[in-house]
Amino acid sequence: MTRKLRNATLASGVLLLSACSSFQPWVKPYERDRLADPVMAWDRDALSAAFLDHVYESREGSRGGTGAAGGGCGCN
Amino acid sequence: MLRPAVLSRLATLGTLAAFAGLIAGRPAAADVLPDNRADLFYSKYSGGGMDISTYTASAHVNATENIGLDYSYLVDKVSGASVDVLSNASVIKDERKQNSISVTWIHDKTTYTLGYSNSRERDYISNTPHFSLSQDMFGDLTTITLGFSRSRDEVGENDGTANNPNVVWLGHAESRTYDLGISQILTRNLISGITFDVVTDDGFLANPYRSVRYYSSSALGYSLGSQVYPDTRTSTAIEGRLKYYLPYRAAITGVYRYYRDTWGIIGDTVEIDYTHPVRNKWIFEGRVRYYKQSHANFYADIFPYADAQNFEGRDKDLAASENITIGAKATYAWLPDGWKVFKRSTVTADISQVRFKYLDFRDIKDYNDTPAGGDYAAGAEPLYHFNAMIYQLYLSAFF
Repeated sequence: MTRKLRNATLASGVLLLSACSSFQPWVKPYERDRLADPVMAWDRDALSAAFLDHVYESREGSRGGTGAAGGGCGCN
Repeated sequence: MLRPAVLSRLATLGTLAAFAGLIAGRPAAADVLPDNRADLFYSKYSGGGMDISTYTASAHVNATENIGLDYSYLVDKVSGASVDVLSNASVIKDERKQNSISVTWIHDKTTYTLGYSNSRERDYISNTPHFSLSQDMFGDLTTITLGFSRSRDEVGENDGTANNPNVVWLGHAESRTYDLGISQILTRNLISGITFDVVTDDGFLANPYRSVRYYSSSALGYSLGSQVYPDTRTSTAIEGRLKYYLPYRAAITGVYRYYRDTWGIIGDTVEIDYTHPVRNKWIFEGRVRYYKQSHANFYADIFPYADAQNFEGRDKDLAASENITIGAKATYAWLPDGWKVFKRSTVTADISQVRFKYLDFRDIKDYNDTPAGGDYAAGAEPLYHFNAMIYQLYLSAFF
């Protein structure tokens, strides 16, 4: 059972890696013009976004979790 | 002169919020540095008996194609006091200064950011280093970001006045934040993001300027006592967001965040933003945000008697509450074609109204003015609510 599990894990890993090496993005770079538009930026002004987070976090019990998960447009 | 401890906690929270912006909020692709940029920022918060003006200058400069530097200097000027401090006969006038610096290095598809921030008030000092790493993958459709920051704070209390302070240092607090973010392109019109983070606190976490109250035989029907908070807190937050490019060049964003912590607070946040450009000169934005939370498990508006529990709090931030924000923002490109060294420049005005409503926090300020025989018995005062206005004005130059 352990051997089968190990072999299955190895096979999955090889398949995953080979998939990565030949990965073809389904949205091509030349199709990302709309995503590069300033209106699609998560936060156009980091200072303003940080300020509003500051306002809420200091008046609510919740904190964290905000932000746009970094980078993202992949437009270049 | 006393100041509300919510502002003491602001130093840490504000720093973390700024890091959230720096680590996760920057919209540029991970493998190219953003343009050189300088910002002058002014904001004013007015509501609930408090006025806070914030002045910020910041700059981002690319030293090379792969290395960028960020610096910002912020001053908060605070006057007034919130209702839970006013009910303890205290008012404040204070100032907070914050310096933040970071360096960003891009190597192939990976972006490294290392930074440091110092926030200083008369009775609160916070130092926070932070680090983040972003990796583009799968044909740049996916960006994964990992972030970590560690804040060491010194917490004090001013027993003096605004002009003659006497700060007593009460203890230390340490906070660690772990962030994981994933940004994903779904279609040529739709992007998504998920942020997951864990924050752990350890040390002196109570607000020294606020008090609990309990039933007593005094003229008011209650007496005030010191808050006692747990020494540790761990919170988890997960936020998901989608942004869609509409057919007529505009964008709509939907955001949901779920929050819970070891103090028993559970919070839900929902936000919808709409962005609409006009003739390459203007970008207008509207937003609606709704937030609701349950109270901390050691919170009570009034306790049955003194020292009724091991931990006791009556900070309104720990009460069950909800609020709704309606905001509008306009950005004008006043140098769209550039001038001399500037590629372009914009000016932005932003105005928001937030309506706060508390579900188990009562307004005892008025009752203090009308002791025994007044309009309300202890514990039966009206629930507290207030409206706040937030103004922002900033100038951005790109070069």
